[in-house]
Amino acid sequence: MKLTLEIWRQEDAASKGAMQTYEIDEVSEDMSFLEMLDVLNEQLNSQGDEPIAFDSDCREGICGMCGLMINGEAHGPEVTTTCQLHMRSFKDGDTITIEPWRASAFPVMKDLCVDRGSLDRMIQQGGYISVNTGSAPEAHSVPVPRDHAVRAFTAAACISCGACVAACPNGSAQLFVGAKITHLGELPQGQPERDQRVVDMVAQHDHEGFGGCTNIGQCTAACPKEIPLDVISQLNKDLRTALRHGL
Amino acid sequence: MTDMPDTTLTSHPSHDAPADGSDDAMGYYTPGEPLVDRKAPDGPIDERWNTRKFEARLVNPANRRKLSVIIVGTGLAGGSAAATLGEAGYRVKSFCYQDSPRRAHSVAAQGGINAAKNYKEDGDSVHRLFFDTVKGGDYRSRESNVYRLAEVSTSIIDQCVAQGVPFAREYGGLLDNRSFGGVQVSRTFYARGQTGQQLLIGAYQAMERQVHAGTVEEFTRHEMLELVVVDGRARGIIARNMVTGSVETHLADVVVIASGGYGNVFYLSTNAMGSNTTATWRAYRKGAYMANPCYTQIHPTCIPVSGSHQSKLTLMSESLRNDGRIWVPKNQADCTKDPRDIAEKDRDYYLERIYPAFGNLVPRDIASRAAKYVCDEGRGVGPEVEGARRGVYLDFADAMDRLGEPAIREKYGNLFDMYARITGENPYDVPMRIYPAVHYVMGGLWVDYDLQSTIPGLFVTGEANFSDHGANRLGASALMQGLADGYFVLPHTIRDYLSDGPFEVVPEDHPAVVESLAAVEERIRHFMTAKGTRSVDSYHRELGNIMWEYCGMERSEDGLKKAIDLIRTLKDDFYRNVRVLGHDQSLNQSLEKAGRVADFIELGELMCIDALNRRESCGGHFRTESSTEDGEALRHDDLYAYVAAWEFTGDEEPPVLHKEDLVYTAIEMKQRSYK
Ligand SMILES: Cc1cc2nc3c(=O)[nH]c(=O)nc-3n(C[C@H](O)[C@H](O)[C@H](O)COP(=O)(O)OP(=O)(O)OC[C@H]3O[C@@H](n4cnc5c(N)ncnc54)[C@H](O)[C@@H]3O)c2cc1C
Ligand code: FES
Repeated sequence: MKLTLEIWRQEDAASKGAMQTYEIDEVSEDMSFLEMLDVLNEQLNSQGDEPIAFDSDCREGICGMCGLMINGEAHGPEVTTTCQLHMRSFKDGDTITIEPWRASAFPVMKDLCVDRGSLDRMIQQGGYISVNTGSAPEAHSVPVPRDHAVRAFTAAACISCGACVAACPNGSAQLFVGAKITHLGELPQGQPERDQRVVDMVAQHDHEGFGGCTNIGQCTAACPKEIPLDVISQLNKDLRTALRHGL
Repeated sequence: MTDMPDTTLTSHPSHDAPADGSDDAMGYYTPGEPLVDRKAPDGPIDERWNTRKFEARLVNPANRRKLSVIIVGTGLAGGSAAATLGEAGYRVKSFCYQDSPRRAHSVAAQGGINAAKNYKEDGDSVHRLFFDTVKGGDYRSRESNVYRLAEVSTSIIDQCVAQGVPFAREYGGLLDNRSFGGVQVSRTFYARGQTGQQLLIGAYQAMERQVHAGTVEEFTRHEMLELVVVDGRARGIIARNMVTGSVETHLADVVVIASGGYGNVFYLSTNAMGSNTTATWRAYRKGAYMANPCYTQIHPTCIPVSGSHQSKLTLMSESLRNDGRIWVPKNQADCTKDPRDIAEKDRDYYLERIYPAFGNLVPRDIASRAAKYVCDEGRGVGPEVEGARRGVYLDFADAMDRLGEPAIREKYGNLFDMYARITGENPYDVPMRIYPAVHYVMGGLWVDYDLQSTIPGLFVTGEANFSDHGANRLGASALMQGLADGYFVLPHTIRDYLSDGPFEVVPEDHPAVVESLAAVEERIRHFMTAKGTRSVDSYHRELGNIMWEYCGMERSEDGLKKAIDLIRTLKDDFYRNVRVLGHDQSLNQSLEKAGRVADFIELGELMCIDALNRRESCGGHFRTESSTEDGEALRHDDLYAYVAAWEFTGDEEPPVLHKEDLVYTAIEMKQRSYK
């Protein structure tokens, strides 16, 4: 198929960017979206134009490195990561707009690459269980009810891609924070630090410039790992409990 | 000096070139002195690690914050080490090329992690895990290292559970296990199909906790491009900030490389796009020996290539072979037919036919090679790519009749969905198509029992080293090794080295630093000014084709020699004709790739020389000149029971081969048979 691509180009963080139009031919429906961009980049390189910068690594939908706004939707039309989106979701003659994640907490560094360091900084504020290597008790000493383990896993499946933030009109990262709060809060090992964790992570969330949650639900709709919206309810519940405990 | 890796030289006449002239690599290398690991204590195998931990000197807690450690890599091996050394109080600088440590390629591991917990009371033990791993490695790994790995495996599970890793559990709340990779006990712990992700998040969170505590400093989007060696010791790295393009010097008392595997030398593999050999290759060029570089694992169940645009390959869990039946048409003429229209009598279930005892569950290398043969015969299925059909059917129709579709959906639903997304075909209706792909490398930098390379002060962990998997890796053992190295081994052995520190401060204008920095800048300048016509990717793809054709599943003397010639020509052309656009002082992905491909090209040549030297079939490595009468792999323990450790001696000089004899005291060497 033949496509028209409108792509955001931006030299670096300090420069102003703009959309540019490219034509691409002979796109096969077996290509992944990023392979289609690879082909475009080969074409640009042979014409002497600088290839378009975009992030990806595993290309298996698990590392969370990729992420593009495709026709205004985070990761495009399917519920999956950009790297797992295939061209059979498009048709001959389509015009596709491709932009980087847009959020004030994710500054653009070049073309389609953004800085998501803010997500790591939230984890640094308590998104862990404090246990030094070698000091762990025998794994079977604390059974975990299966439904808790399953809910913890579902929340822990977050790949930290940032699609939730990009999709949210408020630029909120509450789905991301809620997922971590739920993952660790469902497990007995996560209890001792539960109150402090939610207070500190939420403080960092606000400090980074992420917006508040107004229950729109675009985050969970865009999430390639289908993290459920109830992790945000859990976040609010844990926060209320922590505040009641005087934190 | 006590901290030097012990490479004491002894004489081993048995490793002279065999009288029949079977050392095919003669002329491509210079024979060197044998290599011996003397860090593993003598004595019974089950006491060696305790002895070593006791003998390794301690570092006073107050001194630890004066000691600095650079760790390149944040996968299971590097992330766990950064967390643990940070907790101990050392000053750690951690590097990765992704934008977050949590994206290291360990994240992609699906199947699980082994540990000798024996929770199922099915006869598992440390000794059995040790035995299975050495046997699985086809008797080409170092027994002391493997025993230790099995020993510490149980602590890994305890640690991960305490960190909140949500392993699969039974209804009673206890951990579930499954049997994996053809072993007879259930010792594999898993978290759905995302075990690597969950383990990595555990290590990442432990590391982020140390970032918060101020012991670990994190450098993301930084790529190590050179190792700094001062007065014979590893003292730092040169890294490029991939956002600003600035080339930075980072110095420390000790350097750890945990940069993962180099499977991308084949261009197409199940590795991440950025997986590279640059960190290990640069260390090799600075004097660290590279061991068994040709040992590659090829995984039989990957989704076939769909066209020349293909950028990477996707693994599908091996567990599919438990219920799926592998076949191709008996007649070439049927290869383009709808598989559902091919009559039972016209199908060749070739694994069941050739290996009736194991059938579709034969080990990875055998299943992979058999698929190659039937496709070479022209009986492959699926789309024609570059003149050939490379795919075989993995058919669930029988299993679906036997167990019902819901049961199959329950077991493999996520894999079937993934397959459908990538291929656009519904595997509940049409048989899946699979083909082998490069998945893992057992080769890597040579390390002693302490995980120290031949450069004092350079430690190597995880897939980047060579030590634990011999010529073939058993399923679910790489995750185990990465975490064993980082949480439980390195922290003990590195303290012995660091107890001599802090070492003399290296000034940034030290000639060795200046020279390393200049070399990196010169390489970048070369790529930016080469003004050629071909893209980096086109060279990478060409290299991959050469490697896959001649140094892939099956290797021969003629093929390998041809490959070496082709690679040398390619290298010449690459330096003259590559085109890298954009600027070096900014984010530039073509420039990043150019550096990686340059190193892959050199590595590819060494892999071929290594494969040429080893005229035996062992593990995942098949030499056509070494097979039994019925075409099965034939090992030669009399000639090749050694680790081949290669020393770099200059661009124009052949590498020097040092052999480390493999001696087994706790296990007897046996030839595999799956017939
Ligand atoms: C698809 C897939 C499935 C797998 N499934 C299993 C399984 O089920 N069980 C199992 O045991 N094993 C499995 N493996 C193997 C296993 O996942 C890996 O061998 C292991 O995770 C490697 O860990 P590592 O820490 O050594 O390296 P990696 O996780 O690859 O980490 C490498 C790190 O080094 C950094 N790095 C690399 N080069 C540089 C550089 N030049 N400069 C700076 N940083 C650099 C990267 O940024 C990254 O942080 C699988 C592998 C793949 C590819
Ligand atoms: S590249 Fe890893 S999730 Fe897309």
